[in-house]
Amino acid sequence: MCTYLTEKIEVTGSGKGSAGWFALSDATVYFDHPQHALAEHTLNIDFLNPGNGPSARVAVELTAESARALVRAIEATLAAAPPGLI
Amino acid sequence: MTDALTAGTISITGHGGDEIEAYLARPLDAAPFGGVVVIHHMPGYDAGTKEITLKFAANGYAALMPNLYYREAPGASPDDAAATARALGGVPDDRLVGDVSAAAAHLRALEGANGKVGVIGYCSGGRQSFLAACSLPLQAAVDCYGAFIINPPPPERPLKVEPILGLAKDLSCPLLGLFGAEDKYPGPEETAELAKELSALGKEHEFHTYEGAGHAFFSADRPSYRVEAANDGWQRIWDFYGRYLAS
Repeated sequence: MCTYLTEKIEVTGSGKGSAGWFALSDATVYFDHPQHALAEHTLNIDFLNPGNGPSARVAVELTAESARALVRAIEATLAAAPPGLI
Repeated sequence: MTDALTAGTISITGHGGDEIEAYLARPLDAAPFGGVVVIHHMPGYDAGTKEITLKFAANGYAALMPNLYYREAPGASPDDAAATARALGGVPDDRLVGDVSAAAAHLRALEGANGKVGVIGYCSGGRQSFLAACSLPLQAAVDCYGAFIINPPPPERPLKVEPILGLAKDLSCPLLGLFGAEDKYPGPEETAELAKELSALGKEHEFHTYEGAGHAFFSADRPSYRVEAANDGWQRIWDFYGRYLAS
């Protein structure tokens, strides 16, 4: 079966989808069968604006190893930002 | 036999009078022919399931696959629609039954139809195939690795479905079950329990569980594809539908 734990968060920012840039309101994070990636399961992130319909979505499917590397990169980048910018 | 067929998206009136899209593939060779309602997997009304629908037409059946996510995401790409449906907890059971009923009626009304209609579903559609066969008058049903017939989904999952083993007494037709021995949803112990219940009720069924295969072994565009299991599974389907749906 194909439906695993989903984390939902509210986000502020923008994403670029099939119709160009749009404002983001939500993100979902889940570990599930991918649509496209060649793996049995992947860490999937959907950046969304449900108010703009189902197509307002930027999706990524990452192997677990890649997802953890991304988390470390994000944390490292934010930690290295000059004081006062965050 | 010319092997000619036609296929394309049509509109049908589904559950609650809603207009939904559906993919129809049918042979152009001599009638009469049986019908198959194809229930897509969680990833939705996608290219892979359209290919499966075409395969039924190429083998002499009129096949119709309703887009179960059309209401939530009309016009969206299948993966975007699937993400939306997933977030909403999946398709409500009563709506599924209504949509399959409408698809079956459409198939029976086709010129050249022999009046016999089967159903087949993959992944979430496996459970839904069993659900439809327990809720509607059908002539044959195929469950490809459908979970949550016996056990409920783990509580942390967003999928909002309940076990439906209690419906087994209403199964209206023979059931073919095709499962992977390495699948966890459904696990072999679950499918064995379903078989036991069907035997106790005197319901005709035929289950095959393939070693070396897990979930979604029919999906030719995914790493879960297992050629031996899929090839044998297709042969079982042709044999099964040949007995119950062919003229």
